[in-house]
Amino acid sequence: MSNGQNERREMSGAEIVVQALIDNGVKHLFGYPGGAVLPIYDELFQQDEIEHILVRHEQGAGHAAEGYARSTGKAGVMLVTSGPGATNAVTALQDALMDSIPLVCLTGQVPTTLIGSDAFQECDTVGITRPCTKHNWLVKDPNDLAATIHEAFHVATTGRPGPVVVDIPKDVQFAKGTYVPPQIAPRMSYQPKVQGDLEKIKAAVALMASAKKPILYTGGGVVNAGPEASHLLRELVDLTGFPITSTLMGLGAYPASGRNWLGMLGMHGSYEANMAMHDCDVMVCIGARFDDRITGRLDAFAPNSKKIHVDIDASSINKNVRVDLGIIGDCGLVLEDMVRLWRATAKADKKALYPWWEQIARWRARDSFAYKQNPDVIMPQYAIQRLYELTKDRDTYITTEVGQHQMWAAQLYGFEKPNRWMTSGGLGTMGYGLPAALGVQIAHRDALVVDIAGDASVQMTMQEMSAAVQYEAPIKIFILNNQYMGMVRQWQQLLHGNRLSHSYTEAMPDFVKLAEAYGGHGIRCDKPDDLDDAINEMISVKKPVLFDCRVANLANCFPMIPSGKAHNEMLLPDEATDEAVANAIDAKGRELV
Amino acid sequence: MNPHLQPTGSAYFIAKETQVPERHTLSVLVDNEPGVLARVIGLFSGRGYNIESLTVSETEHEKHLSRITIVTSGTSHVLEQIKHQLERIVPVHGVVDLTVRAGELGQERPLERELALVKVAGTGDNRVEALRLADAFRASVIDANTEHFIFEITGKGSKVDQFIAIMRPLGLVEICRTGVAAMNRGPESM
Repeated sequence: MSNGQNERREMSGAEIVVQALIDNGVKHLFGYPGGAVLPIYDELFQQDEIEHILVRHEQGAGHAAEGYARSTGKAGVMLVTSGPGATNAVTALQDALMDSIPLVCLTGQVPTTLIGSDAFQECDTVGITRPCTKHNWLVKDPNDLAATIHEAFHVATTGRPGPVVVDIPKDVQFAKGTYVPPQIAPRMSYQPKVQGDLEKIKAAVALMASAKKPILYTGGGVVNAGPEASHLLRELVDLTGFPITSTLMGLGAYPASGRNWLGMLGMHGSYEANMAMHDCDVMVCIGARFDDRITGRLDAFAPNSKKIHVDIDASSINKNVRVDLGIIGDCGLVLEDMVRLWRATAKADKKALYPWWEQIARWRARDSFAYKQNPDVIMPQYAIQRLYELTKDRDTYITTEVGQHQMWAAQLYGFEKPNRWMTSGGLGTMGYGLPAALGVQIAHRDALVVDIAGDASVQMTMQEMSAAVQYEAPIKIFILNNQYMGMVRQWQQLLHGNRLSHSYTEAMPDFVKLAEAYGGHGIRCDKPDDLDDAINEMISVKKPVLFDCRVANLANCFPMIPSGKAHNEMLLPDEATDEAVANAIDAKGRELV
Repeated sequence: MNPHLQPTGSAYFIAKETQVPERHTLSVLVDNEPGVLARVIGLFSGRGYNIESLTVSETEHEKHLSRITIVTSGTSHVLEQIKHQLERIVPVHGVVDLTVRAGELGQERPLERELALVKVAGTGDNRVEALRLADAFRASVIDANTEHFIFEITGKGSKVDQFIAIMRPLGLVEICRTGVAAMNRGPESM
């Protein structure tokens, strides 16, 4: 890094930006040029260490960078211009904030002399992005630029990861300043606590060893802590024999084929996972945040349990749910201590867990993801299952949009490894999956990258097909097309007397022609018998593919915990008659989201 | 384990807050850099916390450190959240809940002082009475002519409140108050 040549060198601000990116290990940059970033683009033109991916909309750059980050464990980087460039990035920034994705966003700004004058393409970028970033900076002096960018990478990738913005006025990009290489000199005020309190971890292990009905509930924090954390989690499960469930964000940290796997929990989670959460006596939450989609009705959440919560963010502990033992630290390091202490002190009495596993087996036998197969129409669940069977033995990465298809994917696609599942969990951003798939494909050129999409979501960022074609990124957009915003419709059926207000798309593009118009490949399939061949065609085509999978229009996503209900009040698929659906949520529950 | 739980609001379940809110004074030590106050205030408005009083000033010039004193109210659960949320802000060095700390030190509450400038206009008896009362409150006259006084008063908020209430019928025309400056008793620093 500091090979002398770059040490304290005079450069223009734009040169400093590019050098700082290189020195922070950046290989790919997602961006869109504009007036206020032209000097940086000029520098990018004159180098070949960083590949710039030209998106078609800044939101796409953000989600692509998120997909890149989530699938590699490195920071995703984006570059956009001032004003609309920055405001278009806001959705992706908030998305990354809620899902703890390391994202470094560089924005151009009008020259310092014009700031505050309502100049062309001016906006208060640091003001607008303050609440949707972990931290942000406006750099007014070229001499501060290098250190600020280095600090931005440090803040984005350490502690609880998140998005950061560095706003760089155009005159600062032209002005000369001194470049300094990255240094390990973090600011005094930012010292994330990564090592868990050993006494508390000991207490946690003792509590776990005493459990008769334990459960591990893990989340995206384990994935963020790196592959070693997932490895340690698997070891802990093997040692303890505990059942394990995970949030949407944590899928893949423990393999879906693992014997102790209960499936995802929460609103559309499995019956066995939710019932086990409700009835457990010791809950071990690792890197999850008791989100409202997970807990259901809070005053009836796991009422007879002792709760242990491991999180790197102190504010996550006791935020929604009061816990008995809060451990602040990096999931990987805490898991390491837990595994070591369990080996040293606790004897797994796996026999004592037999009654608990027998109970779980009874819940499992309820087969809560079951659906009625149809010989003439493709059931959406069937489409996911076939996609899984035909792609599981490949080097596959899955992204999703947001809605019913996302939940079906989470329920039915089995993830064996971390970093293979990219989805918008916290913010629920429709339009996330297609650009995220682009980002994943750029990072993993030879992998099979599939966006499991809905027909409504995918139209929000469809323009990135053009970027995928340009960069020969053969992403597969597998659209479960039911012509509805399925999840919106499902809620209208649940809450609003089946009045389907504006949730049906009357004019749907011809996705096959659309794919061809972009220079990609289009496939349509509407018969269950043709599905396998069509999926195999999708896999074999070395181009971006839009796969228009026509599925049963009115299928709904079950099981479901209706609003205002607890984990043990799930609506199961075989009980979800029209009447049950219409009456599932009472007047009080209707206010909720 | 949940009987003591006070849900703050959930997509599933909106509970009425039954815990009694308490008034606490927080001291926040921050890097004095652009936007740091906006980050703190934005946190309060964005997450729906109360600010009853806010005082900010650079306290250590060489180290570029400012001290923000915030008087807020909430249940103990909310107050704990506020502290942790503040600590997440990158330029925040530390947060001390002075009210909690006072309790730990066996004290009733932290020392809190406010300053107010109070302008009273009038002539005759009211003017004499205003001056007499100001003296009783140990308020000092910092500006005056034959038709007005400006008093400077420092003290606990309640004392300032009382002084203002008394001045009201005597020709009060303008008030300016600082927020609360606060510190714990004893030799230790925050």
